[in-house]
Amino acid sequence: MSFQPVVLWSDALLFVLIAVIVALTLWARRQEALRAAWARVLKDGVAMAAATVLAVFVLIGLLDSLHYRARLPDQPGTTARYAVEVNSALDALLSDLRLRAEKTYSAPLATHLYSKEALADSTQREFPRLKFGGAHLGQDLSNHEFDIAIRVSRGCAGGLVIWLLLVWILVRTLGLELRGRFPFVVSLSNHGRGSKRPFDKLRANGGSDTAQGAASGAIFITLLPILLLFGIAISLGGGYHVFGTDKVGQDVLYLSLKSIRTGLLIGTLTTLVMLPVAVLLGILAGYVGGWVDDVIQYLYTTLSSIPGVLLIAAAVLMMQVIIDTHPQWFATSAERADARLLALCLILGMTSWTGVARLLRGETLKLRELEFVQAAQAFGVGRLAIMRRHILPNLMHIVLIALVMDFSGLVLAEAVLSYVGVGVDPTTISFGTMINTARMELAREPMVWWSLLAAFSFMFALVLAANLFADAVRDAFDPRSS
Amino acid sequence: MLAYIIRRLLYAIPILIGVNLLTFALFFVVNTPDDMARMQLGVKRVTPEAIQKWKAERGYDKPLLWNAAAAGTATVTDTIFFSKSVRMFAADFGRADDGRDIAREITTRMGPSLAIAVPTFVLGLFVAISFALLLVFFRATTLDFSGVVLCVAMMSISGLFYIIGGQWLVSKVWHLVPISGYGGGLDAAKFLILPVIIGVIGGIGSSTRWYRTIFLEEIGKDYVRTARAKGLPERVVLFRHVLRNAMIPILTGVVVVIPTLFMGSLLTESFFGVPGLGSYTIDAINAQDFAVVRSMVFIGSVLYIVGLLLTDISYTLADPRVRLQ
Repeated sequence: MSFQPVVLWSDALLFVLIAVIVALTLWARRQEALRAAWARVLKDGVAMAAATVLAVFVLIGLLDSLHYRARLPDQPGTTARYAVEVNSALDALLSDLRLRAEKTYSAPLATHLYSKEALADSTQREFPRLKFGGAHLGQDLSNHEFDIAIRVSRGCAGGLVIWLLLVWILVRTLGLELRGRFPFVVSLSNHGRGSKRPFDKLRANGGSDTAQGAASGAIFITLLPILLLFGIAISLGGGYHVFGTDKVGQDVLYLSLKSIRTGLLIGTLTTLVMLPVAVLLGILAGYVGGWVDDVIQYLYTTLSSIPGVLLIAAAVLMMQVIIDTHPQWFATSAERADARLLALCLILGMTSWTGVARLLRGETLKLRELEFVQAAQAFGVGRLAIMRRHILPNLMHIVLIALVMDFSGLVLAEAVLSYVGVGVDPTTISFGTMINTARMELAREPMVWWSLLAAFSFMFALVLAANLFADAVRDAFDPRSS
Repeated sequence: MLAYIIRRLLYAIPILIGVNLLTFALFFVVNTPDDMARMQLGVKRVTPEAIQKWKAERGYDKPLLWNAAAAGTATVTDTIFFSKSVRMFAADFGRADDGRDIAREITTRMGPSLAIAVPTFVLGLFVAISFALLLVFFRATTLDFSGVVLCVAMMSISGLFYIIGGQWLVSKVWHLVPISGYGGGLDAAKFLILPVIIGVIGGIGSSTRWYRTIFLEEIGKDYVRTARAKGLPERVVLFRHVLRNAMIPILTGVVVVIPTLFMGSLLTESFFGVPGLGSYTIDAINAQDFAVVRSMVFIGSVLYIVGLLLTDISYTLADPRVRLQ
């Protein structure tokens, strides 16, 4: 084999998370109420547009979670050896961006370095040419702008072709129907499945059919700018640094794409770590009552009375001491950074379960008094069985809402924590570390703005999509909203 | 009322003891003082003597909980737990790593923190409630819809962006106010105006949306319909009826924050170089000054508990039906 797969702890947990989501989806398909609620989300155009953006981010994050160590060239007489560096599938895809490092800062699409240097063949200090950015232009720079324009239009054309192809495939395979009206209203009909009279179907479904159509249309319309941007980035990225380079000359676009995985991990794993504790304690406190309730309430009141940032800071400082005093635990630096990322998720989870536990306790108190629980008690069903069979399923909507609502806050928190110095490992590429290193350079003249702007834009897109999606999920699942 | 307050204060004691035990466990049991010393002095090539000296300087050379070597009450008092954790109840926080008295440092730094936090809080509250009322007044129109979209967009922008962007635009491009720093007296105004405005703008998205939800919930109730049926103009309905009745949910979220204003904002203070408690905490975290972090955790929880108590008391002021007993 030319590589050795590496499964970091965070990768494993991410795969577990995906397995859980798939299992829950299969289970939810059989539940009438859940299916109806999800159908409401699926019909919401804004939610589906947000979900499309999120799906693209998740795809990039997943690609970045398939880690491997490349095999070193064989030397006679030795067994296969592998590189120390742990790379991911995304690194392999972006090897062009990763390996074409410049000396230091350069502006987006620039052909010259940001700072002047003394060149070997002249006495004056000049801006040296970049090693890779615009190298294909040769010595003649007069067609620099023309080249960029050509590449942008080529990228747009490519994106458009792929988009049309994708729409065509989706329409053919999923039986979606394109109506010739802008914005392309696509409606679900049993076109390819032998139904001879689609209009009967339409009437029977009433208004929901057009709502479904608007939602599919929203997916296609969202995909168009995404694919156009991808096309432009690929086309320009072949010859330039699209978002410039950072202090050590790394491509900022590459850093931004790598940051996505860190943000996603912190947003999801934290809740995953937190949920079992919150659900268990919340239900126990609400259903069992008595001294159990007192102890659990005391526990979460105490934890929540410590200001979040300070508790996180204290816990992370302590974790740093542990990691620094036990270097023998980690074989590679990637493993150490990964352990620190997981520990951060754990700490964030431990400080944030209190709110969910309090909500669940209150809801359990209400459920406990309802007839179906009392009936189960009268039939002699055990306490554990009641909690599992009757209480837990009726709390799932709160859990789901908490999960999606927390995500965006956690992504934003990562950046702040990394700034405070209690975030991810400084070697982990994340939005926080990007902002933190770029912040220092704002005072320079001319200003180095590109890595800040790239980090903030990517973060904005991710968080906005997550917020919009979370709102739709809450509206669909919260019984209080009509 | 007084009996209620006293009982609530008594309830606070076990919680504070819990916080104290937790920080004690975090700082002295999870990592022994030896670990901390090794970390501070550099992990490699550190002599046992240097560790002993570091511990002795900071009073970490005592036993954790039980001093068998001492006599009488000193078996309990001459320990790390008593000298470092229990004494916090008497507002004795000990000394920071640079040798300064932490309690004294806190009192001097409280002023600048409040000078930023209080105007931000008051102005933010006023602006957010006004915007929310405006959106509710124009509910279910394009203005309302675009307002909500704007709120969600503003919520999705990182707080760091507001600070960095604001500093760049106002101080660097427009040269209106100094980028950072702090001065005493009236001089402070020119340093304070930018952090306050940025703080208000940064918080406006989520709070406006939150107040709008509260008002909308309130506006569907029967008394509002009655008020409209009487022929009251919508303006009066909103200000005199809806706003007043929405006070309880608003107070729940707002009053608890007031005492923690003392703590200052970590980010704002460190970006603007304000010598307040927030920047003190950040500096301590960066310098890994455990004594300061421990003190701030303790003070933070005390303030939070005071905030909860104030919330309950404020209910009786806002709603005469609420009786505390």
